[in-house]
Amino acid sequence: MLAFDIILHRLQRGCQTMSYPEGPAPALPDRHGGALRVDTTKCAEGCSACVPVCPTLAITQKPHQPVTLDLGQCIFCAACVEACPTKAITQTNDHRLAVNRREDLVLGRQGEEEVRLATALEKKLRKLFGRSLRLRQVSAGGCNACEADTNVLGTIGWDLARFGIQFVASPRHADGLLITGPISKNMELALKKTYDAVPEPKIVIAVGACAIAGGPYIGHAQHHNGASVLVPVDLFIPGCPPHPLTILDGLLRLLGRFEKL
Amino acid sequence: MSNQTPFALLANATSLPQHEIPEWPVTELVGHTARELARGARLCTWFGVPERSGTRLVSVLAFDADNALAVARSAPFRGDYPSLTLAHPQAHLFEREVFEQHGLKPAGHPWLKPVRKPDATGTAPAHGEFFRVAGREVHEVAVGPVHAGIIEPGHFRFQCHGEEVLHLEIALGYQHRGIEEALVGGPHRATLCQMEAVAGDTTIGHTTAYAMTLEALAGAEAPLRAQWLRALALELERLANHAGDLGALANDVAFLPTSAACGKIRGDFLNLTALMCGNRFGRAFVRPGGCRHDLEPARMAQLLEKLRLALADVEQAAQWLWDANSVRSRFEGTGTVPTARANAVGLVGVAARASGLVRDVRFDHPVGWHRFAQAPVAVWPSGDVFARAKVRWLEIQRAGKFLEEQLAAPPAGGIRDNLSSLASDALAVTLVEGWRGEVCHVALTDEAGRFRRYKICDPSFHNWTGLALALRGSAISDFPLCNKSFNLSYCGFDL
Repeated sequence: MLAFDIILHRLQRGCQTMSYPEGPAPALPDRHGGALRVDTTKCAEGCSACVPVCPTLAITQKPHQPVTLDLGQCIFCAACVEACPTKAITQTNDHRLAVNRREDLVLGRQGEEEVRLATALEKKLRKLFGRSLRLRQVSAGGCNACEADTNVLGTIGWDLARFGIQFVASPRHADGLLITGPISKNMELALKKTYDAVPEPKIVIAVGACAIAGGPYIGHAQHHNGASVLVPVDLFIPGCPPHPLTILDGLLRLLGRFEKL
Repeated sequence: MSNQTPFALLANATSLPQHEIPEWPVTELVGHTARELARGARLCTWFGVPERSGTRLVSVLAFDADNALAVARSAPFRGDYPSLTLAHPQAHLFEREVFEQHGLKPAGHPWLKPVRKPDATGTAPAHGEFFRVAGREVHEVAVGPVHAGIIEPGHFRFQCHGEEVLHLEIALGYQHRGIEEALVGGPHRATLCQMEAVAGDTTIGHTTAYAMTLEALAGAEAPLRAQWLRALALELERLANHAGDLGALANDVAFLPTSAACGKIRGDFLNLTALMCGNRFGRAFVRPGGCRHDLEPARMAQLLEKLRLALADVEQAAQWLWDANSVRSRFEGTGTVPTARANAVGLVGVAARASGLVRDVRFDHPVGWHRFAQAPVAVWPSGDVFARAKVRWLEIQRAGKFLEEQLAAPPAGGIRDNLSSLASDALAVTLVEGWRGEVCHVALTDEAGRFRRYKICDPSFHNWTGLALALRGSAISDFPLCNKSFNLSYCGFDL
């Protein structure tokens, strides 16, 4: 009998939702590498090997100055890691990448070797959203990978709803937007209308390199190189696409859910 | 058939000098193309190349039965040309695209409007004219661009009589981010990562097509082991997406056991790709000249072990789906595209095979590792949601078997060679059977070996019309189910 077969199977399987964040975070794939770290004290004199290999111009260098790496522009291809002769740019295997301010993604200066992770929303917003956050997702000009790995958070392994976070169909029911893509010109009007339709107070989360700075298509005239040109962004989650664990970490960080653990 | 064609013939993933491509006045190009299509050839792509004295049209055909591709071009011209669409509807979006990009007007085209851009008065693709059905009880339903779930943007305009959909028109372009425009003068520094993001769920398909196109232009071939790695990654991409689609289809008919299980299994397959290269979507894996990561023995053993677990899980989840009467009654007879219609509009991939068309690049135009190893083509005749689900299931089984066989006998050798510079004034065509269907890349180089034009055709470009036709005469409430059964790419179309 089909029904019995299904029930039996489910009983045998037990709960398939991961124990994170109470338990340990699932390991990133070994070749993933996680976040990047830039220690410019290790840079060789006059070296700029990493600058020309970056496909999205995330690494810049002013004359006679150390390099700067903007993780908001980075697509994590690790070409710079391979090109660096002195291991000044390294992978940390850390999945945590979300920040509150755009400049917190810029690495290179002393004391700013790694991203400055996001802090929780201020008290009033946390009281409103901390245990119940409804988001409307707006996809605007990307490649659908960020959308796919955001969707994954709704599956049984991740079960985003256990944190009180849900994606809703109407902006009127939402507390904020989760935006992916560089915001194509063709989506500008739709994004503005959706943003306006979300009642105050509201938050905006930009997921992926595109929504932060244009991603692989940086500089094209057909889009806006990221969401913050059009709407104020409260949380930036870098990656191309970010691993689901990175997105979840960002959401929980913003809601202050790690502080209670 | 192909031995009598006036077109220049070439095999998949090869190049030829541009002077060997026959050049005719545009009227003759349309005539010859129409004749070949009438004899059973298929239009892979049709695009314009800007020249000083006007625009040149290029026609790329596939003779599937002969394992041959064919190409011809027009002399540069301006203004009008006779429409190919009137006799061959499969050309209709291509002609609209050429009209949008180069202003060439196909005279007699029945529904000429842009494919990605708004009309002159609007700011979004939905601002423009839509085909309207007149009548007192006819009503119109507009959906999108922002949808209820986490989905890409697109606009759907239904003409309905009560529940019944008389006509559906799909307005896309919301994901347009200028990929093709940026390729002119390339390859550039960002080109490879843009190829990986033509359609995020088809990273391996598009990047493999790009890499093979460059290799064809450089007169090289990737090392065998790299070709083998690409074939493995391509099937893993297929497994992940097909498993996810079965779950999504189950969800749309409220059959939660399969939906819940497949959501997770899709992730298990994505994690196998991540095991190979670090990224769940296969980013930074395929490179022109080879691959970036190897599969050492320990990793291969781990891959095989996890693959078998995921295959067993998906087998179980699919079995529930096929055993449930409620699912069968919702899938069968819903959103039917009959074989003749599928052929007329030029469907490719899963959608074509589910309408009984035996059409699979891995079989018809084998290249790379598929010259040595193949899986049977999965075909189902009924053309409905059931068929599109069934073809996916057959392909999951066959991709699984293919991977198990291939992992048992890996070829030795290196995984990456350096490419020499690209041939100047040449054309290369590559087809790859991505998980949705035929991914087509065409590159034309200039005298310096840079891209004069690079044309990308995602399978979705052929197949969106199939979805529109599937809805005709259906209930509008069946739209989500029909849409999911095609699961087409917006970004791959919009570029």
